[in-house]
Amino acid sequence: MSQSIRYRRASRIDFRNFDNLLNFAVVGLLLIGTLLVYAGTREWFRSYDLDPEYYLKRHILNILIGSLLAYGTTLVDYRLLRAYTPIIWLASVIGLVIVLIPGFGSKINGARAWISLPGGFQLQPAELAKIAIIIGIAMIMADREHANQDPTDLDVLKALAIAAVPVLLIVAQPDLGTVLIISAAILAMIGASGAPSRWVIGLLILAVIGVFAAVQTGAVSQYQIARLQSFVDPSADPQATGYQLRQSRITIGSGGILGKGLFNGPQTNGRFVPEQQTDFIFTVAGEELGFIGCSLILGLYLLFFIRAFAICRRSSDLFGRLVCIGVIAWFSFQAFENIGMTMGLMPMTGVPLPFLSYGGSSMFANLIGVGLLQNVHSRGR
Amino acid sequence: MSLRAKINLIIFQTLVFSLLFALFGRLLYLQVLENGKYKDAAISIQSRDIVTPAVRGAITDINGTPMVVDLPGLVVSIDRSKLDKLPDKGSSVLAKTAALFSLEYADIYQRTRLCGELPKDNRAGCWNGTRYQPIPLVGDASQDLALKVMENSDQYPGVEVQSVPIRSYPSLEGENTAHVLGYVGSVTDEDLNNPDINYYRNEVVGKTGLEVKYNEYLRGIPGVRTVLVNRKEVVTKESKNIKAVAGNNLITNIDSKLQAGVEKALEGAIKRARASGYKGDSGAAVVLEIKTGRVLAMASYPSYDPTIWQKGLTVKQAEDLFSEAKGVPALSRPLQGLFAPASTFKSVSVLAAANAGYSLDAKYNCPATVEIGNRTFNNFDSVAAGRLSLDVGIAISCDSLWYQIAYDEWVRDGGLKPKSNTNDYFFDAAKAFGVGKTTGIDLPSELSGRLPNRQWKQNWYDQNKDFYCNYKQRAKKSDLTPYLIEIARENCLDGNKVRAGDAVNFSIGQGDTLVTPLRLAEIYAAIANNGTYYRPQVARAIVDVDGKVIKEFKPEVSDTVKAAQSTWDFLHRALRMVVTRGTGAGAFSGFPVAISGKTGTAQVFGKNPNGSAKDDTSWFASYGPTENPQYSVVMMVSQGGFGASASGVGVKDIYATLFGVTGNKIDPTKAVFPNGVPTTIAKVDLKKAASEVDLTGIKVGGVKLK
Repeated sequence: MSQSIRYRRASRIDFRNFDNLLNFAVVGLLLIGTLLVYAGTREWFRSYDLDPEYYLKRHILNILIGSLLAYGTTLVDYRLLRAYTPIIWLASVIGLVIVLIPGFGSKINGARAWISLPGGFQLQPAELAKIAIIIGIAMIMADREHANQDPTDLDVLKALAIAAVPVLLIVAQPDLGTVLIISAAILAMIGASGAPSRWVIGLLILAVIGVFAAVQTGAVSQYQIARLQSFVDPSADPQATGYQLRQSRITIGSGGILGKGLFNGPQTNGRFVPEQQTDFIFTVAGEELGFIGCSLILGLYLLFFIRAFAICRRSSDLFGRLVCIGVIAWFSFQAFENIGMTMGLMPMTGVPLPFLSYGGSSMFANLIGVGLLQNVHSRGR
Repeated sequence: MSLRAKINLIIFQTLVFSLLFALFGRLLYLQVLENGKYKDAAISIQSRDIVTPAVRGAITDINGTPMVVDLPGLVVSIDRSKLDKLPDKGSSVLAKTAALFSLEYADIYQRTRLCGELPKDNRAGCWNGTRYQPIPLVGDASQDLALKVMENSDQYPGVEVQSVPIRSYPSLEGENTAHVLGYVGSVTDEDLNNPDINYYRNEVVGKTGLEVKYNEYLRGIPGVRTVLVNRKEVVTKESKNIKAVAGNNLITNIDSKLQAGVEKALEGAIKRARASGYKGDSGAAVVLEIKTGRVLAMASYPSYDPTIWQKGLTVKQAEDLFSEAKGVPALSRPLQGLFAPASTFKSVSVLAAANAGYSLDAKYNCPATVEIGNRTFNNFDSVAAGRLSLDVGIAISCDSLWYQIAYDEWVRDGGLKPKSNTNDYFFDAAKAFGVGKTTGIDLPSELSGRLPNRQWKQNWYDQNKDFYCNYKQRAKKSDLTPYLIEIARENCLDGNKVRAGDAVNFSIGQGDTLVTPLRLAEIYAAIANNGTYYRPQVARAIVDVDGKVIKEFKPEVSDTVKAAQSTWDFLHRALRMVVTRGTGAGAFSGFPVAISGKTGTAQVFGKNPNGSAKDDTSWFASYGPTENPQYSVVMMVSQGGFGASASGVGVKDIYATLFGVTGNKIDPTKAVFPNGVPTTIAKVDLKKAASEVDLTGIKVGGVKLK
C-alpha cells in the first residue's frame, strides 16, 4: 500500500468532504419517497381505524437509521473496508442460509427472503449480500493495480467464486430479481476492471443461457413463470399477477400530466394496486404527482448517476472506481427493473425502488451504498 | 485506467442513461399519450353506480281511477358485504331467513351468490350484480315477517327490509284487465344493449300489453348515486347523486267498471256454454266506442292474476300461463285469438253482393241443400226456408242463398280456369273491411287474421305442394285413410286454385278465413259508421305527476269502406231484424235498448287434446243503440256452441252494464257513461289505490310510513 494514504477521522459531519449534489439527489428522493409512503398507506390504515401515520413513522425511522449507517460508512477509509469484507460477506451468507430454514425465514409472495425479528421487524439478508459482493469483487479485481497489471483470468474466477455462494443462496429463495441485479453489478465491475473482454462477453452469453435453462428445467418456480407469463399477457390471469400489473399500469396512466394531487389519488386511496408502499410505490407517484412529478423523480435519479459516475472517474484507484461501478449498476438496474415493472416494460420481480420504497433492509443497504460513494469521493481526490 | 476499461466504462455509462431514457419514454407514453384510455379504465375500477329505479307511472282507467300503480312493497334483501364479514360467512343467517320466509336454504344460497363465484355449469338463479348491491330475496314480504326482521336486526345481520316501489293492482271495480295492462319484468341483455335508452341492470321494463307499449313514458328516469369504492368494495366517497324522476301516468280509455262487467259477462257466457254441454274453453269480448275507436273494455278468458309477476313467478305458475290444458291464459284472445267469423261475415258478403249487382231488395231462394259439383252444401240445420227477402235471409241466417250467389260469381270469374281479370267481389269486400290486416291497436303482438284469396292460395300451395304430392310417404300412418288420401290428391292436383267449395265457404265466413274478435268489432263499428274506420286505441293521454298533459291520443280515422248509402241502410235494417225477429231475438227478448247485431256459429275442424271433435265457435257481433250507434260490442266463445245462446246473451249483459239495464228497465244513473263517454281528460287520483294497502306502522330506512 502506498504511503500517500491519509488516515482521517472526522469528529463531526463535514459536508465539504461530500459530493453535495449527490446528497441533494438522495435527500430529494428520500423526501418524495416519504410522502409517497404516507400517501400510499394513510387512507388504508384510516379505513381500519389504525394509525394513518404508522408507515410514515417507521419509514422516517428507517431513513434515520440508514443515514447513521451511511455516515458510519463514510468514516472508515474505504481502502480499510477490505479488512471488513470477509466479515460482511460471512454475515450475509449466514443470513441467507438462515432465511432458507423453515421457522426462521418467513415466506412472503412466494419467496423465502426475510428473517423475522421480534417486534415485527424483518431483515432481508440479500440486501446486505449486495454490499458484500460489490466490495468483495472490487477487492479481488483491484488487487494487481499497484503492480500496474490488469486482473487475470484467475482473479475473475476468484471474484465469481466469491459472488457465487450468496447468489446461489438467493436463487434458492427464490428471488430472481435480486439475482439479476447482482449479476448486472458483477458484469459491470468485471467489464470496468480491465479484465479480458472474453469474460464480459462470455458472462453475458452465460446469463442468457442461465435464464433460459432455469425456466426450462423448472429451477424457476411456477410462481416465477406465472409472473413472466403475466408480463407477456396481463389479461391471462386477471386476479393475481396480471391483475397487479394491469392495475399498476392503469394507475400510472390515469395520473396524466399533472397528477391527481398528493393524497388525492382514487386508485391509491382505494388500494387497487397491492404492495403500493413497497414494490409498487412508483404507481403512487404516477397517479398523484403525474408526469411532472415522475419526471422529477427520474431527473433526481439522473443527477444521482451523473454525480456517481463523476466520483467514479475521479477515483484515484481501481478499488474505489469498482465500488462506484458496482453501486451504480446496483441502483440503476434495480430502479429500471422496478419502475419498468410498474409501467409494463419489465416482468414482475419483487425488488423495491431505491430510496423511495418502504422497507428497512433495502433502505439501510441503499444508504450504505450512498455512504460508499461519498467515502470514495472524499478520499478519492 | 486501461483503454479497454475506459471503453467499457463509457459503454456502461451509456447503458445506464439509456435505461433512464427508456423509462422516461414509457412514462410519456402512459401518462401523456394514453392518458385518456387509462383514465377511463381507472374510473370503471374505482366508481360504482347505485341505481334507484324511478317510481313507474300509474295506468288508470278513463276516469283516472288507477288500475296499476307503484306502491311501496316490502322487499327483503341480503347485503353480501355484511354477510361475508360474519365468522360463518352468513350461512346461519341465511338458514334463519329461509326458515322465517318458508324458503329453501339451497335456493336462497344460490340466489345470493355472485355469478362469478359459482362454477360455470351451475349458475341458475345467481346474482347478476355486485357484492355491495342488496340482493332481493322476497318481493312482497308480509308486514309481520318484515317486522320480525327489523325488530331483531341483531339476529339478522346483513338482512335488510326495504320499501321498494312495486307494481300493484288495486282492482277497485273488481276488474282484472291483465292482458291489456301487461306486466313488467327485469331488463334483459337485449334491453341493456339498446343504444337509444340507457337501462340499468336492476330496472324493470314493460314486457307485454300497455306496460311495454308505453314503457318510455311510464319508466321515468332512475336515480344514480355514483360512489368511489376501494379494492374491498367499501364505499369511500360519494361523487355524484342524481335523484330519480318519477314516470308519467297513462290514462286509458278503459272504464274499469265496464271492464269488470265485460269480464263477468264473458265468464257467464262461458259458463252458460259449458252448462249446455259445450267445451267452452276460452273467449274474448271487446267494447269499442264507434265514433272514436276508443277501446272501452277488452276481456280475455281465461285470465290470470297479474300480481304473480311481482311476487316472483313460480315454475308452476309460468307453466300454467302457457298450458294447453288450462286454456293458455297468457294469450290475449281479443287480438291474438284467430277464428272463422262464420255468419257474422255475411255483413261483408252483403257488400260483395251489392257490388256484384245483386239487388238487396230482391227475393232469394233459401233451399235446404245446394249441389255444387259433386258436393252437397247444407243450409244451417238443413232446413229449407223458401223464397225470402235478403234482410230476412240475414236475420234467420240463411246459408244456402249465399252458396248460390258465391258459386255463380265463382263461375263468372272462370271457375277452375280463372280469367285474367277476375272480379273477386267477395275477396275484395273482405279486403275492404280489413280482413287479413291488423287493426293497428296500440297493444303489442296483434295478429292479422287471414284472407284466403287467390294470392294466399298460391302461397299456401307453394309451401305445401311437396307434402300433398308425396302424401303417402310424408303423412303419419294414422292419417292414411282413403278420404284424406283423396283430399291430398286433390290438393296436389290443383291446391293453388280457388275451388267452388272455397268460394262457397268463404261467403258464409267459413273455410280458411280467420279474424280476431277485435277485427270483427272494428267491422261492426265501421258498419254502424257507414264505412268509417277508427284505429282502436287503448291509451287516452299521458300526464305527468302534476296532471299536465304530455301527450293526448286523438281519434284517428284509419280506413274507409266504400259502399252505397243504400247498402249501409240495408245492413242497418237487416242487423236490427236479427235482434228483433231473427237468430238474436231470443237473447235480446224484452231488452229496452235497441241493438243491432249478427250471430255466428263457426264450425271448427280439428280435435281437442282428448280426441273429441271441436265444438262450434259462438259469436255475437253488434252495435247499439241502433238509431244513434255509440258502441260496438263483440263476444266470442271458443267451443261455445250457438252464437245466440252463449255470446248473444253475453253481449246483452254487456249492454245492460253499459246502459244501466236491470230486467226490462233502464236506470240511467246506473249506466257506465250516464253523460256519454267523457270527452275531457280525467284527473289521476292515486290516493284511491294507496288506501287499499295498509302500511301503517312499518318503518323503512328510519322513516315511518304515513
